[in-house]
Amino acid sequence: MIRKLTVTALTTLALATGGALASEEIHTEDVAFSFEGPFGKYDRLQLQRGLQVYTEVCAACHGLKYVPIRTIGDPGGPELPADQVRAYAKQFEVPDDSDGAEPGDTRPAKPSDHFPPSADPKAPDLSLMAKARKGFEGPKGTGLNQLLRGIGGPEHIFSIMEGFTGEEKEEAGTTFYENTAFPGGWIAMPPPLSGEDVEFADGSPNDLRSEAEDVAAFLMWTAEPKMMARKRSGFVAVIMLAILASLLYLTNKTLWAPIKHKAKSEDE
Amino acid sequence: MSGIPHDHYEPKTRFEKWLHQRLPIVGLIYDTIMIPTPKNLNWMWIWGIVLAFCLVLQIVTGIILAMHYTPHVDLAFASVEHIMRDVNAGHMLRYIHANGASLFFLAVYIHIFRGLYYGSYKSPREVTWIIGMLIYLAMMATAFMGYVLPWGQMSFWGATVITGLFGAIPFIGESLQTWLLGGPAVDNATLNRFFSLHYLLPFIIAALVAVHIWAFHTTGNSNPTGVEVRRGSKEEAEKDTLPFWPYFVIKDLFALAVVLLLFFAVVGFMPNFLGEPDNYIEANPLMTPAHIVPEWYFLPFYAILRAFTADVWVVQIASFLTGGIVDAKFFGVIAMFGAIIVMALVPWLDTSSVRSGRYRPMFKWWFAFLVVDFIVLMWAGSQKPSDVMGWISLIAAAYWFAYFLVVLPLLGLIEKPLPTPKTIEEDFNAHYGDAHNAPAE
Amino acid sequence: MSHVEDHDSVRRDFLYYATAGVGAVATGAAVWPLINQMNPSADVQALSSILVPIDAIEVGEQITVKWRGKPVFIRRRDQDDIDLARSVKLEELVDPIARNANLPPDAPATDENRTLDENGEWLVEMGVCTHLGCVPLGNKAGDFGGWFCPCHGSHYDSAGRIRKGPAPRNLDVPIAKFFDEQTIQLG
Repeated sequence: MIRKLTVTALTTLALATGGALASEEIHTEDVAFSFEGPFGKYDRLQLQRGLQVYTEVCAACHGLKYVPIRTIGDPGGPELPADQVRAYAKQFEVPDDSDGAEPGDTRPAKPSDHFPPSADPKAPDLSLMAKARKGFEGPKGTGLNQLLRGIGGPEHIFSIMEGFTGEEKEEAGTTFYENTAFPGGWIAMPPPLSGEDVEFADGSPNDLRSEAEDVAAFLMWTAEPKMMARKRSGFVAVIMLAILASLLYLTNKTLWAPIKHKAKSEDE
Repeated sequence: MSGIPHDHYEPKTRFEKWLHQRLPIVGLIYDTIMIPTPKNLNWMWIWGIVLAFCLVLQIVTGIILAMHYTPHVDLAFASVEHIMRDVNAGHMLRYIHANGASLFFLAVYIHIFRGLYYGSYKSPREVTWIIGMLIYLAMMATAFMGYVLPWGQMSFWGATVITGLFGAIPFIGESLQTWLLGGPAVDNATLNRFFSLHYLLPFIIAALVAVHIWAFHTTGNSNPTGVEVRRGSKEEAEKDTLPFWPYFVIKDLFALAVVLLLFFAVVGFMPNFLGEPDNYIEANPLMTPAHIVPEWYFLPFYAILRAFTADVWVVQIASFLTGGIVDAKFFGVIAMFGAIIVMALVPWLDTSSVRSGRYRPMFKWWFAFLVVDFIVLMWAGSQKPSDVMGWISLIAAAYWFAYFLVVLPLLGLIEKPLPTPKTIEEDFNAHYGDAHNAPAE
Repeated sequence: MSHVEDHDSVRRDFLYYATAGVGAVATGAAVWPLINQMNPSADVQALSSILVPIDAIEVGEQITVKWRGKPVFIRRRDQDDIDLARSVKLEELVDPIARNANLPPDAPATDENRTLDENGEWLVEMGVCTHLGCVPLGNKAGDFGGWFCPCHGSHYDSAGRIRKGPAPRNLDVPIAKFFDEQTIQLG
């Protein structure tokens, strides 16, 4: 009965509200990232390229203050070897916390330190950006799009990189740049990538699209570094519960069989 | 414990007798898990076990998260990221706790609507129902305060908006709000006390759950027919019932395993689907997110809160009669809490002589509309305010009140119920006697 | 009892045991992470091994670094320190064991067994008095040209060995090695 009611309810809802409300449409391109789906994995080389784009371009203004530098050596991430992680860390200056250091003193970062925060106070921290934005919505507030295509954080970042139209306007002393993926259509960030901004050591393509995809994948990893471990745990749990549920189903059936059998014989 | 005659625990060994004279705990446990249970319970009666499991799950994962979390405005958000990145299996524990709240509310809503359909609230089970409503209120308070702890944008602004409701109460509102927050606005004092209360309330819920179970073990379970178990003799009662262990424990565990399978699929593969992206931005008291939405389980009541704006005639009358003391804001608050209060009063509002909705041809339709209404309210609560949304919310909110205050009292007087089975045994045999019938329902 | 019913009851028992077994395994698998979460987290583990740059330490200088929550003395000893420490005979020592985590537990407390390099220039030791855990004062303090604990007056020599006072053991030498020529790795 309840099941029937729910279906009726959903159908009525869909009919009654069709076209009642139109949400602000933003243009988000659905990118087929390697980490999507129940078995999706991060592409190690892509994360390394994304790290390079981040370091050479984004890091000029943005930070990753929640991300420990050591994690770029972790399995499931860009997985740089330990000596490269140490060398990478050294390029950042962090506040000196050793004995006798004056406030304001800095030292080169160590792998155990976090990435520095944003250099430009107006630039948001990017650690969690891929989870703090949604690329897909609706339709009509039902969340079906997010169910089928994901929340779309990395797609949103990708689309922002690609969404600049080249138009500019000035308002209250700030320059805004038109962007088809940004809610409201005008963003304060100048176009960060234009293609061929970085040279990849392995000769991977460095056109705008490839760079945007790489950096979006990298930022998904900074936001959710344990995604692969999580999917593995989820998979094991689902399999285990499926076996347990099947056995409990059979046990339940066996247990009730004599009771139901008796009911049948009494009814006849 | 229950009024249904059944075998009680008999201590056999010398130690058992010794202990039983001093503390009859084994007897209590025995009577609780061997309680005679109507044998015709369908699959809608599994949600109690799911809820008990949710409570344990939330308490266990919550205690663990508290070991790694720091309730301070400067450190709370970072400590959650520490849990997500550094603590062993911390990401799983946090996602289980966050999505566990959703499972908890999903189960409680189905549990409540099951009670409403099958008339489980009716005499003699009013106290069970009232305790259940108290549990539901405590759950809402716990979930709300828990949502503040990660100190994201939605945490902060949700706390600001919801505590603002108390500010709407005439005369004492403002001082009450300041007292709740520990200052003029949501800040470190608020976060600290919410952490403390979020830790405390689940144990109060656990105590209420014990009373809830005690109450319905005293009256006996309700069942899909609404016909009471025969209590004339033990033999008679045994024709209507089966002991809880093993028949219903195994059945409920099977259902729990299926529910958990779906739950872990969500936790493993889409843990942020039910969350708001804005809560991954650290709280900023100087910038409000474009669109503040509560978690999905608060949406129906949030919609009722927003439905009563100053241009609604009921609000204008209320304002006129009270000389402006009840303004639109306060009226919304009254309506929101009123929506739960009318639900709590349903044992006295429903006048029908028949318990189960199964034998009430007209009731079925009104109840179906209530379910639709609840979903519409939930959806309306998630939408940005607009004229159309305002009307939809208002109509839906009006039906919610009308169902409890008008429909249920009148329906009992005008409806002609179908004949009910004489006994539970009759219902059970009719069901399983026909082999073509699907089990349950 | 017929054979069919026997067979049925065996099958039924097997089903019950299998269900209980899988249930127990699933419960165990769920409980383990709840216990393991109390083990040191990744950020704590990352600090269990640290690199200390030593290129800026002059001969005769000492630095103190924090490692696993405790102070570690890294001293670049001058020739006087080395000569003084090597002139001591084992019989004169209160504690004849090296207390060096890099060596077997019964290694004798010769100066060579205390220092990081064979020349005896680098001495790495925990800055925790073995009496009651105070931090001893350094730079040729005390009666034996090494360290002196101000709490209860324990004297350590220039190899960090206890010579006088209430402390029972030589200062502990932690796990350490040269990572490269300018860096010492602790842990």
